Amino acid sequence: MHIMEGFLPHPWWEIWFALSLPVLAYGVYKMNRMIKESRETLPLLAVAGAFVFVLSSLKLPSVTGSCSHPTGTGMGAIIFGPWITSVLAVIVLVYQAVFLAHGGLTTLGANVFSMGIAGPAVGYLVYRAASRSGLHLYLSVFLAATLADWATYLMTSLQLALAFPAASGGVYASFEAFAAVFAITQVPLAAVEGAVTALMFKYIVQLRSDVLVRMNVVSEKAVARLREAAA
Amino acid sequence: MKIGSGMSLEAIVLGLVLLFIAAFAYTASTGIHEWSGADSQAEGVISDLTGGAYEPWYSSIYEPQSGEIESLLFALQAAVGSLIIGYFLGYYRAMARARAASGAAERDGKKDA
Repeated sequence: MHIMEGFLPHPWWEIWFALSLPVLAYGVYKMNRMIKESRETLPLLAVAGAFVFVLSSLKLPSVTGSCSHPTGTGMGAIIFGPWITSVLAVIVLVYQAVFLAHGGLTTLGANVFSMGIAGPAVGYLVYRAASRSGLHLYLSVFLAATLADWATYLMTSLQLALAFPAASGGVYASFEAFAAVFAITQVPLAAVEGAVTALMFKYIVQLRSDVLVRMNVVSEKAVARLREAAA
Repeated sequence: MKIGSGMSLEAIVLGLVLLFIAAFAYTASTGIHEWSGADSQAEGVISDLTGGAYEPWYSSIYEPQSGEIESLLFALQAAVGSLIIGYFLGYYRAMARARAASGAAERDGKKDA
């Protein structure tokens, strides 16, 4: 989903910066407040950030004969919401832009918006809706992380389509062309990311369900249900 | 008390990963593919859409000098992430065990008194 350095023309790169910066600023503010209020969230924050680090470093082959990478942002979105997750994503995106020539500094605003904001927002909403509807906790996590991953790549396709509308067919035709590259490649990757995130979430629930309950991520009832199922 | 300690989720995830590998093996065996990155393929689409007219107006401030150096930096990224995850999950696990042990010791102590 990295839009390469220099590949977003004026005014698009500025627009995406303008949209991402306020979210990032609020994310930093929320993160600081959360850490100050409850130190116990700090290890989970580190784990969620590290999870983005690991997953976004893995370029995986897909059924389309090309490679792409998962995002790892689903976990952060579920536990901390999209604001704070945008800060986790920007750390990885800057590292990759500076050291790996993946993405870029001029396209950072757009890449933060897709991977750090749009994807996590979708993941967060899906998780809230699914877990509230009484769906099994791990299935909710799977769906949220899978769709967060996929939404990230659809957002990238849209960003590129807006910047490069086709001569005939305009933005929509362009979107189809970019989505043909990103969206189909991403389907199996997104599913694997969802599964791995669900597993990771299971281990966190096993070890620190108390913190997750206090943060309103999982309900007391859901934890009790999992406990019964395991007994 | 352990929660959801059954191995069913692990089995499902393992199954999905195996399916993923099988899909890769099948794709690889049925044609010649470049396995290039989707990010760079998007560059191709941009070139098609603009008739090759678009020139990136800024280039990366640093590019890994070779594929080896690039994979070093990617591996470093994964290693740092794994280290942090492993450290905290291990820390939590040991804490839970220590708490359980001291709780048991306290109960035993009360029985003796």
